[in-house]
Amino acid sequence: MPVDVDAVVLSNTQLSHDYNTVILAAPRLGDQALPGQFVMVKATCGDDPLLRRPFSVFEILRDDDGRSTGVSLLNKRIGVTTRALYALRAGDHVRCLGPLGRPFSVAAPPEQAWMVAGGVGLAAFATLAAALRTRRVDTTLFYGGRRADDLFHLDTFESLGVHLRLATDDGSRGDHGNVTVPLRRAFASTDRTTPVRLYACGPTPMMWAVTKLAASEGRATAVSLEQVMGCGLGGCYSCVVPVRGPDGTHFVRSCLDGPIFDGGSVVWEQLGE
Amino acid sequence: MSVDLSVDVGGLRLATPFIAASGCFGYGLEYGEIVDLSTLGAVAVKGLFLEEREGHPPTRIVETPSGMLNAIGLQGIGVRRFVADKLPGLRDCGAVVLVNICGSTTEEYAEIARILADADGVAAIELNISCPNISKGGMMFGSSLRGTHDVVSAVRRVTTLPLIPKLTPNVTNVASFAVAARDAGADAVSLVNTFLAMAIDVETRRPKLSNVVGGLSGPAIRPIAVRMVHECRQAAADLPIIGMGGIMTSEDALEFIIAGAAAVQIGTANFVDPFVWNKLREGLTDYLRRHDVPSVSALVGTLDTTRGHTA
Repeated sequence: MPVDVDAVVLSNTQLSHDYNTVILAAPRLGDQALPGQFVMVKATCGDDPLLRRPFSVFEILRDDDGRSTGVSLLNKRIGVTTRALYALRAGDHVRCLGPLGRPFSVAAPPEQAWMVAGGVGLAAFATLAAALRTRRVDTTLFYGGRRADDLFHLDTFESLGVHLRLATDDGSRGDHGNVTVPLRRAFASTDRTTPVRLYACGPTPMMWAVTKLAASEGRATAVSLEQVMGCGLGGCYSCVVPVRGPDGTHFVRSCLDGPIFDGGSVVWEQLGE
Repeated sequence: MSVDLSVDVGGLRLATPFIAASGCFGYGLEYGEIVDLSTLGAVAVKGLFLEEREGHPPTRIVETPSGMLNAIGLQGIGVRRFVADKLPGLRDCGAVVLVNICGSTTEEYAEIARILADADGVAAIELNISCPNISKGGMMFGSSLRGTHDVVSAVRRVTTLPLIPKLTPNVTNVASFAVAARDAGADAVSLVNTFLAMAIDVETRRPKLSNVVGGLSGPAIRPIAVRMVHECRQAAADLPIIGMGGIMTSEDALEFIIAGAAAVQIGTANFVDPFVWNKLREGLTDYLRRHDVPSVSALVGTLDTTRGHTA
């Protein structure tokens, strides 16, 4: 059951001029959160900004005995709430409602897992990587950013045994170009009969491109969509995604029926920006 | 001192004056896991047409100073599926259900009301004649006195359920619409629906909502909504009012009650805090005790304009 916690900020690490990682003391959230789920965050008091914003649970933090102590959020400074999150200091409070949404379906051997992240879309994958590690699934992260110094938490994923395939827009690290460059190469060197489960999270054009590329290889992609949300609980019908079903296209709520969708069922042309 | 939070709104008996506003609480059941629906005064479910509707494409919502714009476009499952799939669950939760209905024609409103008259578990009908986000229906009726009269009287003829037209603020004189609704047979009115508004992305010079325009809600509209409740109370003191517009706290709700609202609806606040209901009840109870007022009903319309103002 989702809880609304007034979480104390344990630390805020500014990774660059726009990315940061906030660690929150929220054991009840960490206890329940599953890979791919999100929390609705209110980082400021008062009515302006009014609404909460959805964030992936980045990592679940545990003490030496394995008990959950809290969660971390990977944040990119873009709007009002993300600016407030970027500026947090230890001891500040943040309201967090969650965990919400349907989680990723976690692959199991002999399947491999390929996680494809663009920018802050990386936030969806640390909890997934940890769950895949527990299942001993061979896991690769394809991760694209603007520059070498725009790729974060690589050590987190390496320590979970994840293979890294990187790409940058300026070629300063990994492949030159977007994340589909190493992904395309991986497809070329992987037999079609090898079971692979694909996950993608990032900008909409990237997830669309990954879905199309995977489909051309006969494979499905689980995408984590980030629609503008009002409530996170199914009350407002703001966060809908056009999804193709047997009886036509319908708008479904990404907070309840997502945020994880089969990329092949999403009508990307109608998704909005 | 024990205080009585129950209220009577045009024959509708509610345990508390706090009602979940239509369009802000899904069909109620979405919240069943975290909120005891029987502790709410009532649940006004998402507006229903006769048939299913898909609503507008995204983007449907945008944040504005102390408020938000929405243009959902009344996505909904249609009244028959509501009665079959949602109403039994709401009954089981002990919810008092206000069914918000909307039509493209007067006949559609009446047809929906007929279907609901035969359903078990409907406490009242809220007539949506005020949605600003659809091309046919909604505000088209509620922004004309004739349209308001025609819809209310058409539905009045087919149901004995309490009938509560929800009024739009997008008119010059909202009180004249309250009077028109009363004269056509309404048991109460609810107000206000959202204010027609828009927001523009100046970088792209494109509207922020797919529907171009949407409805403004939240604390930004509260003082205007309070003024409109006050005007309706002045014009039709015998007509019960359900007030709404940016109520976030019990103090905000009290403004509406003192202005003349017998009950209030909570919309946008539920998005920010789905656990707001207990806080509202506690805040209201505390106020009644502090002011030695035995019941909410005793407070309705007690605005005192004889002693000047309080800054």
